[in-house]
Amino acid sequence: MFVELRDVSKAFGDFEAVKKVNFGLTKGTLAALLGPSGSGKTTILRMIAGLETPDSGDILLDNQSIKSLAPSRRGIGFVFQNYALFRYMTVFENIAFGLKTQKVPKANIKERVGELLELIGLADLGRRYPAQLSGGQKQRVAFARALAPRPRILLLDEPFAAIDAKVRRELRSWLRNMISHLKITSIFVTHDQSEAIEVADRVIITNHGQVEQTGAPIELYRSPATPFVAHFIGESTVVNNYGSLKGFETAPEGASCAIRPEFVKIYAPGETVQFENTVQEALVDSLAFRGDVLEVTIILNGFALTTTYSLERPALSVGDRVKVLIYRIYAFDQDRAVLVGNRLLTNGGSGYNFQI
Amino acid sequence: MAIFNFQKASLSPAPFARGYREENPLIRRILIALSLIFTLLILVMPLLVVISQAFGTGWDNFWKAVTNIFTLKALYLSLITTFSAVTANTVFGLAAAWALSRYNFKGQGFLITMIDLPFAISPIIAGLIFILTYGRLGWMNSFLQEHQIKIVFATPGLIMATIFVTIPFVARELIPVLVARGSDEEQAAVLMGAGFLTIFWRVTLPHIKWALIYSVILCAARAMGEFGAVSVVSGHLRGKTNTLPLHIEILYNEHHYNDAFAVSAILVITSVVILTARSVVEHISKREERSNVR
Amino acid sequence: MSRKKRVIPGFSLTLGITMSYVGFFVMLPMISMALQTANLSFKEIIDSATDARVLSSYKVSFGCSFLAALINSVFGTMLAWVIVRYRFLGRSLIDGLIELPFALPTAVAGIALTFLTTNKGWIGQPLSRLGVSIAYTKLGIIVALVFITLPFVVRSIQPILEDLSPDYEEAGRTLGAGSFTIFWKIIFPEIKPALLTGFALAFARGLGEYGSVIFIAGNKPFQTEIAPLMIVTRLEEFLYGQATAVALFMLLASFIIMFIVNRVQIRVARLVGD
Repeated sequence: MFVELRDVSKAFGDFEAVKKVNFGLTKGTLAALLGPSGSGKTTILRMIAGLETPDSGDILLDNQSIKSLAPSRRGIGFVFQNYALFRYMTVFENIAFGLKTQKVPKANIKERVGELLELIGLADLGRRYPAQLSGGQKQRVAFARALAPRPRILLLDEPFAAIDAKVRRELRSWLRNMISHLKITSIFVTHDQSEAIEVADRVIITNHGQVEQTGAPIELYRSPATPFVAHFIGESTVVNNYGSLKGFETAPEGASCAIRPEFVKIYAPGETVQFENTVQEALVDSLAFRGDVLEVTIILNGFALTTTYSLERPALSVGDRVKVLIYRIYAFDQDRAVLVGNRLLTNGGSGYNFQI
Repeated sequence: MAIFNFQKASLSPAPFARGYREENPLIRRILIALSLIFTLLILVMPLLVVISQAFGTGWDNFWKAVTNIFTLKALYLSLITTFSAVTANTVFGLAAAWALSRYNFKGQGFLITMIDLPFAISPIIAGLIFILTYGRLGWMNSFLQEHQIKIVFATPGLIMATIFVTIPFVARELIPVLVARGSDEEQAAVLMGAGFLTIFWRVTLPHIKWALIYSVILCAARAMGEFGAVSVVSGHLRGKTNTLPLHIEILYNEHHYNDAFAVSAILVITSVVILTARSVVEHISKREERSNVR
Repeated sequence: MSRKKRVIPGFSLTLGITMSYVGFFVMLPMISMALQTANLSFKEIIDSATDARVLSSYKVSFGCSFLAALINSVFGTMLAWVIVRYRFLGRSLIDGLIELPFALPTAVAGIALTFLTTNKGWIGQPLSRLGVSIAYTKLGIIVALVFITLPFVVRSIQPILEDLSPDYEEAGRTLGAGSFTIFWKIIFPEIKPALLTGFALAFARGLGEYGSVIFIAGNKPFQTEIAPLMIVTRLEEFLYGQATAVALFMLLASFIIMFIVNRVQIRVARLVGD
């Protein structure tokens, strides 16, 4: 493991921000710390950087404890949420700052900064001040500034939060390419699940100061370990007392579950149903066009369930009585999430395939 | 001054370009007229009376009063006192603003209360507490006598009383600026290995320079004009412990009205210059901020 | 907490300077005063602080400061309103001069106001024909305090008015409210906390003011003597204990006022959800 956290805890007064967190990342990984606000993700990042001190536990970088090292000696590049560019210095001076404090010779500084400006595609803007840059450009400068002293690891705090939606997509793929090109181990914090899933190799999901699950995005999606992850990653509807669903009658009393859109099949009125005994009736409550699919909310046994419906299928309208088949669910068993298939389906529910 | 202020007004965006046009024009006119009259009576007339009395008996008398040896000595003492107090309070203000805005520690609230205290206390009491500390009845008296240190009724006492009265000016101006800006840039600099002095000079100071200049100007104005506190600790030794405001009091009480107003005219002009400088600083800093926030 | 590291350097240096400075210039003198007070018996303190002449000086100080703060609440609100809302010739003059009382030495303000308001002065002469005299009366003290404390109210309210969105008023106007209704129901509640703060600051400053008042007051015992002057008088009589006792009462009053200001600000911050 290149980066490792061992039983790291941190409290602010009475508030336990981080509780016994453990995770490890191999060299060259681009990892996302994903969680809702207040889940401790930023605190974890700041503890790795040395901006906060853990109350207990240890942090290792390249198999050495960095817990008692001063922030500047850890070999860390940090990109702040609002970039924290030095407003009264030019772009060039900003990127050169870290090199200057290391007393790098002037000629080398000039070369390195020029190289980085080239890399981020802002070679002509070295003399500008941060206020004269767009949000995306500031982000790139902050990135270059963090990279200038050749850090061992790059940390980014909500790197896309301050950028408007249109530029954000562009910047995401830019950053992803840049990091995989440089092969630098990086961790970024985000509360946006799609951002984490699209950009990161590994995602560390935090909730209430604890790590819920660590894994590749597809693993988290396919086999969420906890109810929180099942609900947080991907779209899903949480259903209480799922024993009322057809095919899941053996559920314990009052147990709840999460249902993803692709777990549900809707048969339009009059459509042929493959296995009549597996379906149950529902009422179409609302329809919304989502660009490539319809988002359908149906009322099933008194609760609302949201799913998607291909535009290629027979038309639906609000008020239609439809038949619904539920392939599988994530059943919540205390603090675990378990994939449970519809017992009425002959082919079982253990396999996972994307079908609608 | 009028020209300058005109620029200031035209630059500050009218926040209510819409919204109040429909207001009753009569009310508007009455309010403007009342404000002008009030300003004229309360603020402008005192300035005019000082100038008119100062030059009422001709330029020669004015010049004689201003260049009188006791006036010059009082001016000198005022400048010494002001310079010392402002320098000390500036260093303190920077340190206090840094400590109180960049860290969390126990007793922060208490420290801020202590810094605010001089604003809440009568200048007379400010003078009194220094008399009680360093004066004849103070607990330090025997020690001071032994080492022949004179504080009360001497320049050190004047400086201390002035410092006390103006302690909040710089610190209280800088703290909100630093708190509002956060410490991200400082943290970034720390991560890149910068030390205290580098961070202070290259990162923090550029952000607060206008607030600093502004607060130093106000601090200087207050220090220069302080009357109550220095009056208590001065002992009124003419030519020795009289600052300009105290000198004015003596001249006035001796019925040398024109001389008193002549000396006052210096201070009136100083305060108008200070107000103008204040506006200039405000104007520049607002413009800079606007170009930086873009 | 002791092992907690501070990320930004300079903690011990800056806190050290701050603590020593505050300790030396604020706490040491305050403690000395407390020690002096401890030397006095309780009876001495009460007797000195409630001497008939001293009592009447409190009355003058509190009464005049209160009235001056009240006058400034009205005129200060008006000035802030006019500066923020209207564009007219002389607006910038008013805005620029508001802080004159902060910049002008109080002694100069004192003699200038006195000269203006004596029976021979520019303002005093016409008034004296109407039988009103300002200088050397309580009215004079009020005038001096109005001058000195004017900036507090204006500068407290001004930023609130500047930040007040015109939407509220426009909403009120579309609902058919008249100018006075809009002011009382929509604007006044917004500026009320700032007005209270400005009032309290003006009141507290008025209580302590000395330089501008002693020239215009005439300083007649039992009539126009203010409390700070009583402290000076006792000091000049070398009655340090009595001076300290009066100072103690004045300090107490200032603290109570500052405490109230603090409470008001905290309550408002909570209401606004800061």
